[in-house]
Amino acid sequence: MADIHSVIGTKNKKGQTYTDTWKLMNEAPRTPSFYTGSEVIKEAVRRASCDVMIAYPITPQSEAAALIGELFAEGYIGDYFRGESEFAVMSQCAGAAFGGARVFTTTAGPGTMRAMENFPMWSGARLPIQMIVTCRGINSPLSIQPDTLEIAYLLNTGMLVWHAETAQDFFDWILKGYMVSEEPDVHLPLALCCDGFFVTHTKDVVNLTPADMCLPPYDPYRSPVPCMDMECPPVRMMRDPFVMKSNYISYATHASWQQEVWAAVERSRKHSIKWLNGLIDVENADAEIMLLASGTAVSQSREAIRLLEDEGVRCGLVKVKTLRPWPEEEIREATKNAKHIFVPEFNVTGWLAKELKATVPNHERVHAGPRVAGGMTMPPEIIVNEIKTTLGLKKSFVMAGRGS
Amino acid sequence: MSKEKIKISEALYDIMPSDYQDLVKSATYGKEDRGWKDIGNNKELIEQHSLCAGCPESMAFRYILASLPNPEDTVMVGSTGCTSLVFPMVAVHNIHSLFGNQNAIASGLKRALSVRFPDRTKDVVVLAGDGATVDIGLDMTLQAWFRQEKFTTICFDNELYANTGGQESGLMQKGFVAKMAPVGKLFDKVRLPEIARESGCHYVVNCTVSKPSLVEKVIRNAVHIAREIGPTYLQLYTPCILEIGKNSMEGLQEMRDSEKPTERFAYKEYVSEPAKQLLAELAAKDKERKAAAKQLAGKA
Repeated sequence: MADIHSVIGTKNKKGQTYTDTWKLMNEAPRTPSFYTGSEVIKEAVRRASCDVMIAYPITPQSEAAALIGELFAEGYIGDYFRGESEFAVMSQCAGAAFGGARVFTTTAGPGTMRAMENFPMWSGARLPIQMIVTCRGINSPLSIQPDTLEIAYLLNTGMLVWHAETAQDFFDWILKGYMVSEEPDVHLPLALCCDGFFVTHTKDVVNLTPADMCLPPYDPYRSPVPCMDMECPPVRMMRDPFVMKSNYISYATHASWQQEVWAAVERSRKHSIKWLNGLIDVENADAEIMLLASGTAVSQSREAIRLLEDEGVRCGLVKVKTLRPWPEEEIREATKNAKHIFVPEFNVTGWLAKELKATVPNHERVHAGPRVAGGMTMPPEIIVNEIKTTLGLKKSFVMAGRGS
Repeated sequence: MSKEKIKISEALYDIMPSDYQDLVKSATYGKEDRGWKDIGNNKELIEQHSLCAGCPESMAFRYILASLPNPEDTVMVGSTGCTSLVFPMVAVHNIHSLFGNQNAIASGLKRALSVRFPDRTKDVVVLAGDGATVDIGLDMTLQAWFRQEKFTTICFDNELYANTGGQESGLMQKGFVAKMAPVGKLFDKVRLPEIARESGCHYVVNCTVSKPSLVEKVIRNAVHIAREIGPTYLQLYTPCILEIGKNSMEGLQEMRDSEKPTERFAYKEYVSEPAKQLLAELAAKDKERKAAAKQLAGKA
């Protein structure tokens, strides 16, 4: 078996030095760069030692997917092509991962939904594929605007699901994501989500690691299941295929396999805590009013907190970084002093608030809003108003066109 | 895979399952002229199966596994259906993931193996039923051919959905009465071999599996051409005796009846020009090898 440590310090064919990931992420010099989110995805993949990337056009991830094609043309990726649909692309990603490749792909909205059948298969087959999800509307009438409803569908697939707030999160988490995903005791796919357009199409200052340093390559033999490359003995998997057996042993086998997938999600906690410096970030933990959010809603919450502070209302913030694994204990601890927990979300159903209600004691403290959907922005003022209305305070802002 | 990799440590030999011991002792990994005649003399790469008694698909499976030119470096991709009852007992790495996505899986797999093993031959062979190949997976079947993906697609054509209980499929004959075709199928059997040719396949064969020597020949050709040139397609009639109302001993006759010159499984073959050239080269090499072996035998 290959020892990944043996390549640290050596160069790949593009002259990049394979670098210990901890050093790369935490010690290597960073260069502030002014990039769009899509360009940041490209820059992260440039440093990720990816073997295969498979692309398909759908707004708002098309630009990132095409930019990674440029990386392939430059020789940074082993292979790259455009598949015929998201369902096919996610199966092609699976094929490449079964064959021992480090795989990267991107999708969005209806594409995520079209590919959905693949995701529980990915996690069941223990394929550590990384998929960027640049969330957009999935409803009819057609919408291409930011909306995070699709994340709700990913939560029960057995994938790791992280929700990035900023392009900086994105850059770091793409690289760190592989480190968590590829741990032998995890070995699961990662859906790295962000809010489309808000993150992908806006420019931001992102601190990049050096372009001449890259992740150590993926070692497909550090896996809980055999790599399908005929380089290890083709063991007979089972005496009878369980698929056609209607008996207790068959059911128990499938049940234990599923439990193992979810146990692996749990085991990813310790790695995610190490790499992400905790599954949540907390500000003003002692405040009686807390905002709990993920993705862009975190940034809007920060602004709302600043506005409220100007008026003498003190609020705290919980930024949820990983949705799977779900930071249950961390959230309970961070919200234990809160009398009110507001959950601003960019989707119509409020899936994050539902998760939260199932987590904290006295869940009448949870206010599932404000929520916007279908591409609406969430000005911090509506968060402020939501809080004030709920608490019976006078609203600070008159929101044009919102009937208030 | 080197044969060294399947060797058993002496200390552990007696606790290994007997089918694995047999694989190490007498399977035909690495044997250059392996073929259907090894069946009965050597350990087969299929241990057992839970298909119906007399199922022609089980014969097809055995012939194919005996004929793969490079099983020690071949990965197979299956789909949901009766084939997925067999694959778990096959001594070649194989992937089942979803229903109908087999050619997409194979596309990613072949590319990954090419990236990881640039200097070695790794063959990919898809084996799926007609529902998977022609109905639910048609998009991915064709797109893999358009892209000139270098692997072989084998369709076990039993002209219906066998595993789910005999429903209409695109490869079913017109007029056949089946589940979901209560008044008989209303449109013709899809002409996938012709579509395969037009879609860029370099080798297309439509036949039954009544003759093991023929299966051996077309499998070897298809794998070699896919390895060197581009996509290849085999459509093999493996009738579902259960669903067409035959008895277990009648599968062979059903195939023989269906391969008569006027019937729908009369042998049909398409070979592209570059593929013809490759086959000629392979035949010449084969002749040379046999002559050399003869000479060697004569000296001894």
